[in-house]
Order: sequence, then C-alpha cells, then structure tokens
Amino acid sequence: MSSETLSLNLGPQHPSTHGVLRVVLELDGETVVDARPDIGFLHRGIEKLAENRTYHQVVVLTDRLDYLAAHSNNLAYVMAVEKLMDIEVPRRARYVRAALAELQRIASHLFWLGTHAHDMGAMTPLFYALREREALMDIFESLSGSRLTPSFLRIGGLAADIDGRFVETVKSFTDTFQGRVDEYETLLTDNPIWKYRTQGVGILDAPDCVRLGISGPMLRSAGTALDLRKAQPYCCYDEFHFEIPTGTAGDVYDRYRVRIREMRESARIARQAVEGLPEGPWAAPGSVTVFPAKGDLKQDITAVIRHFGLVMEGFKPPAGEVYHAVESPRGELGFYIVSDGGSRPLRLKVRPPSFVNLQGLVKMVRGRLLADVVAIIGAVDIVLAEVDR
Amino acid sequence: MNLDALRVRFGAAIGEVTVFRGETNLTADRDCIVSLCKALRDEEALAFDFLSDLCGVDRFPASPRFLVVYHLYSLRHGHRLRVKVPLGGEEPVIDSVLPVWETADWHERECFDLFGIRFRNHPDLRRILLPEDFEGHPLRKDFPLEGVRKP
Amino acid sequence: MGLERLGETTIVTANLDRVVGWARKNSLWPLSFGLACCAIEMISTAAARYDIARFGMEVFRPSPRQADVMIVAGTVTCKMAPAVKRLYDQMAEPKWVVAMGACACSGGLFPTYAVIQGVDTFLPVDVYIPGCPVKPEALLDGLIRLQEKIAREAQGGAR
Repeated sequence: MSSETLSLNLGPQHPSTHGVLRVVLELDGETVVDARPDIGFLHRGIEKLAENRTYHQVVVLTDRLDYLAAHSNNLAYVMAVEKLMDIEVPRRARYVRAALAELQRIASHLFWLGTHAHDMGAMTPLFYALREREALMDIFESLSGSRLTPSFLRIGGLAADIDGRFVETVKSFTDTFQGRVDEYETLLTDNPIWKYRTQGVGILDAPDCVRLGISGPMLRSAGTALDLRKAQPYCCYDEFHFEIPTGTAGDVYDRYRVRIREMRESARIARQAVEGLPEGPWAAPGSVTVFPAKGDLKQDITAVIRHFGLVMEGFKPPAGEVYHAVESPRGELGFYIVSDGGSRPLRLKVRPPSFVNLQGLVKMVRGRLLADVVAIIGAVDIVLAEVDR
Repeated sequence: MNLDALRVRFGAAIGEVTVFRGETNLTADRDCIVSLCKALRDEEALAFDFLSDLCGVDRFPASPRFLVVYHLYSLRHGHRLRVKVPLGGEEPVIDSVLPVWETADWHERECFDLFGIRFRNHPDLRRILLPEDFEGHPLRKDFPLEGVRKP
Repeated sequence: MGLERLGETTIVTANLDRVVGWARKNSLWPLSFGLACCAIEMISTAAARYDIARFGMEVFRPSPRQADVMIVAGTVTCKMAPAVKRLYDQMAEPKWVVAMGACACSGGLFPTYAVIQGVDTFLPVDVYIPGCPVKPEALLDGLIRLQEKIAREAQGGAR
C-alpha cells in the first residue's frame, strides 16, 4: 500500500496561532510528519526605524515589540543605552523598574494562561485570568496613562515619580493574588482532561533547548535553572528573595506549572520591591539624558533650551557597542546597540526570545497528533510582533 | 576569561581583544569562524554552549562594510563574549555556524534576508521575514526607510 | 415605526428595510482576526470587564464566511496584505470593515518599507478608530458608531 502525506496550512489567520504565524504541516493521517513555520507576517521594520530615531524616540518602538510585556522591553532597551552611556540609575528608580517588570510578567503569564487554556477548549480560565490582568492594567494606566504600552521608563530613570496610590494598589493586588492563582490551579492543575492534553506533549529536553538557544520558562521546564535575574542580576534583583521554579519533563504541562509558580514568585518580588522602596531621586541627577523637571521649564530658560535640545536633537553617546539582556516573561530579551557617536543608533538589534524559542517548534511537533500542535504552539508563548519585529 | 589558548592556536586570524563597558570583544577572520566557534564551545575554560544572538551590521561607508556579530554565553561559567567578523564587498559570504549551534539556523536566514550576507553550507538559506518576491535587503544603509514603492 | 392597537393585540408597523437593518445592527458577528497590539485590546474587550456581549457582538467567528464585520486590529504588513484581502473577499455581503488603531488607519508609528500605510488603500473602511493601541472603550464606541451607520443605511441614508 502506498502512502502519501497531506499538506495542511495553519495560519496566518487561525484562532490558535496567537497572531499571524503560519505553519505548513505535512500530515500522515492525523500524525504530523513535518512542519514548516513561516514567519514575517508582522515584520514592521522596527530595527530599521530605530536607526532613524533618536535614542529616546526608540522607547515607544520597544513597547510595540512585545506588547504583552511592553515594560520588559522598555527596561531591556533603556538599560542597554544606560550601559552605553555609563549612567548609574538611582536605587528608587531601580526598585520601581523591578516592581513593574514583575507585575508585567504576571500580566503576560495571565494572558498566556487564558489564551492557552482557551485554545485547548477550557473557556473559564480566560475570564478568570483577564480579571486579574485588568487590575494590573489599571496600575499601569494610572501610572503612565496607557494600559498596554506604558513607556514609563526614560534613559537614566523613570518618566516621573510614582503616584501616591501606587504602593497601596500593588500591595492590595499582591494580598489577594496568591488566592487567585489557587483558583486557576483548581481549574487546571489536577484536571484530567488538561493533563491528558498536556502531559508528555511537546517534550524538549535541556540539551536540545541549549542547542536551539531556547531560554525562559521553556528551558526551565526542562530542568535548567537559568534565569538572568539570578545569573546576572540587574535592577537590585540580588536584594529580593525569590526562587526559580523549574520542571523536569520539559513538556507542555511542566511549562504550565513553571509559569504558574513564576506568577507566585513575581508577586512576592513586586511586594518586596514596593515595601522596601527607597526614598531619593527617580532619575540620575545631572545626566545629559534626563529631561529637566516640569517646574523648571516655567522659570528657567536654560532648562527650556535643554529640553528643546533633548527632544529635537537627542543626546550623543560615545562610539561603541553594548549588549544588555534581561529576563522577559519569554526568556532572554537582549538589545545590541552599536553607536557611532551620533544621536541615533547605527544599529539596533533585538534578541527576541520568541523568535528563538519558536525554532524548537519543528522538533516538538514531529510525530505528534495534529491536535497537539495547538497545545505546543500555545506553550511556547510567542508574541509575533517580537518574532518578526 | 582567558583567550590566550586561542591566540596560540589561531595566531593572526584573531585580532585584538577589547573590553568596553565590561564586555569582551573579539575580532576574527572570516575563514576561521567555524573552527574558532568550535573551539570556543568545546574549550573547557570557555564553554560557550549558548549562542544568544547572531546579527549583521552595516557600517556604510566604512570599509570593510559589513560585520557579522555573534553573542555567546556560557551556561556553565556565566560569562559572555562578542565575536565580530568583518566582511567586505557587495556580496559578502561567510561559513555557516549551524554545525556548532543549531540555533544559528533562523538567525542566519534573517541576516541573509535583511543584509544579503550569504552563509555557506546553510541547508535552507532563503528569506525568512520578508516575502519571497521582495527586492533588496532593507537593513543595508543604502536602502530607504520607506522602501521602494511601486506606483 | 408605529404602534397600533387592534382589540387586545399591539401591532408594530415598519418597512421591511428598517426591520432588517435593526436586526443586522444588533447581531454583528466580527471576524476573530488579530494582527498585533490592538488584537490584545480586542480580546480584553471581549472578556469580562468590557463584555462586548452587551452589544450583541460577542460571536467572534474564526471563519470569514460566517462573519459580518472585519475588525482590522493591528499593523497590516506587505506580507500580510494579500491574506487580509482574501479574508475580506471571502466574507458574505453585507459586510463592514473597522480600521482599529493608528496602524490600520494610516500606518501609525511605522512609516517603513514593510508596512501598508492604511488599510483603506485596499479595503473600503467604514469606521476608523484612532489610538495606539485602541482602548476597549474606544473600540466599543467605534462599533456603536458602526451600528448607527447600519441603521442609517437601512433608512436609505448614505453610507
């Protein structure tokens, strides 16, 4: 009996590809023989655009790279420029940055949890998870005026000091959040259907992950406790107490467990950051990158001139190149900036965790059933804007 | 991190080692890139088992015009290294490091797509982000930001 | 429309176009079709807090053949545009297009080689919603305006 395979096109418009991902699957019956991912449907030319923008103008572009964790992208970018400029950021700003990064991680994981469970046919977790996410969106909105794309960071510090209610709202969020995570777990963790769909599916062991450059929860679910917050601490992460959750099997279920526990740890870190929030300046004093205070603009002509210069011309970092990486909700998020001494970057390269992690897809889906593909794509937790840039 | 052993082995093929903002930069010749990367990965004291990133840089009008930049990380030692390879000409070519790190696959395709740098021995070197029928390589400095729009 | 009483029964009289228009505007089925950042806000709009079901629009259809309104939620790139056009062509008449966000309206932040500078270059847009990204309230406002427009059309008004 002869057998031939069937090509099946999945995407770029498909409810469970999490955006505009296209995968061409070769099927033998319901078994996946091969997969060819096709990306680039959201390639917006952000890296080219950044070469035509001043360093401060690039901040808003980084928001739109990974819109589920916009603050993490802001953070990685501004820290790379600060490294290039050799700026020491005040402790208060670093604590606020860390708190926001952890809240952003929770928001991102919540969205992942909701949509991932929804893909697999569980409707309820989406509404539960987005309920808590709205509380986080309120925190971001009251701080920066924007829900999804805060752009609250400036090179050298923050855009403004935190408002009076920030500490209280974060505390009340973290007070209730652990109980809410318990709720999600009652829906899924011991649910036999969920386990049947996820356990033993999409396995990628630690050596494979390293060979493929995979980082973040995917790598940790395979048992390797690599987390840049511990390995190369930034933003005072070495002053907070937290653990790095790891799994053993490296399957979809372990990725779920790791992310659930990461949310709990992130809430702990955010709590510590706001409780231990130091007093002091929120932007590097005297730095050429920092905008003058709003009050000074009304009284001091030199402040007006400086403000005008920063907006129109920007500042000029020394020639050189830096790479700075942070642990985004998806893995190692790095920015590589090459400066020729001008007010715009000569080259800005994003090291997007989603792009690299997605490379593991082919290995994970081979030999699995078609229905598993949806579970596996969901567990990678991709954001297509970051994959395609 | 001690790179002396490499210097003995590769001699003039690797250039000066510079440190900027605490980051180590190594410049290398195009021809030795695969064997150099293998040595960086397999040398016990270096153990760069994780290729974080691979990208191109266009320094037009400087010469040589292009750079291919490798960002390496060692899970065991926790250190990082940047390897830079200058490439000249309009049709730059370099050997693929796919045999050393599997993750280089999509990175090299992207670099080819955006810069037109060809990676020898890459099994599937075609555009990845842009449509197949796209003309030109957009991240080259002589490519306009708005692109070349057809009327 | 008018109300008449005939003995015990109340009779509503209207012309058929108006009734059809009223039914159409209150059961818009959007194509579930996310492109970029705005799609996240579109999902938030569908979730518990903003609850798009209040306006009869919660039936997101993944198949274009079952949908009435295409919400272009995000950046349309040159690579994606043929797929968007094809989806639009597959939708059955009557159909409407909502350009959600700055990218769909005009290319937004991205005046680059890869991005279509506004979906109205290849689709007939009915409602433009500004914002980057569009907030859920703004999306709901835009969709309500679309409903008003549909009702107007049913009365013989201009599109």
